[in-house]
Amino acid sequence: MFPLGVMSYIFGGIIIGLAVSFVYIMTGQHATQSSLFSSTLSYFSKVPFFNRKTYLESREWRLYFAAGVILGALVYTVTISPDGFWTTSVPWWRLLLGGFLVGFGTRLSSGCTSGHGISGIASLSTTSLFAVVTFIVVGVITANLMLMLGVVP
Amino acid sequence: MNNRNIVLFIGGIVFGFGLAVGGMSKPEIVLSFLQLKDIGLVVLMGAATGVTFVAINVVPRFVEKPVLGGEFKPRTRALSRNTLIGAAIFGVGWGLSGQCPGSALSSLGIGNLPVLLGMAAMFLGAYVMGRFFG
Repeated sequence: MFPLGVMSYIFGGIIIGLAVSFVYIMTGQHATQSSLFSSTLSYFSKVPFFNRKTYLESREWRLYFAAGVILGALVYTVTISPDGFWTTSVPWWRLLLGGFLVGFGTRLSSGCTSGHGISGIASLSTTSLFAVVTFIVVGVITANLMLMLGVVP
Repeated sequence: MNNRNIVLFIGGIVFGFGLAVGGMSKPEIVLSFLQLKDIGLVVLMGAATGVTFVAINVVPRFVEKPVLGGEFKPRTRALSRNTLIGAAIFGVGWGLSGQCPGSALSSLGIGNLPVLLGMAAMFLGAYVMGRFFG
């Protein structure tokens, strides 16, 4: 169940929860991830969907938040990481095709693992609970199908 | 940089650090969860949600409004067909690539440059959604 041990998951989760809590208590904003795509697209596109009030109001802080997420992982890498800089062996076509579906699906669903998964469930939203169960079940089925088809890693 | 952006920037740093500590910046670890070899991801999500639950449901009983102004409002969304269809499509992409939006950003921070391809594709997917289905 936990080949890598369980402590890193518990600590990682608590740290993420503290980050989301800090932002919420200071600003009332939910520090979620996938809206970044739609809100950032409002800088480049006149499509009405991206120019909704919520995206225009949040597009600036979402960029600061995203920059922080990258920097935070970098800080981990150069301080306490046991393996330093690291590159995935998941092939490019899976990153590309999977990424497209992640971008499309999270926006159609109005949330991802952080929006529905952390902030939504913590808000006791049944919508988010349904979304989380759906993406986990479908994700498990997809990953296992890939495994059965011999696509490794 | 105004105060709100500073808070979000610091919050982002902590969030990204936590994602990296929890191994989420490695698509391989996310995939090992989805292949049910290592169920750590739900532990991480549970711990993060537990802490956030306190901030959203308990703190507002003692603190009237956010420190920088505004109001406390839980994150709720109306359930629609799109919520579930979108979640299922996200699930396929997640299972294919081991990436989600936050983990992809943190993956950049650990030097995983191929994830730039995934990020570009996420923007394209979000564009197609907003342009044709928004």
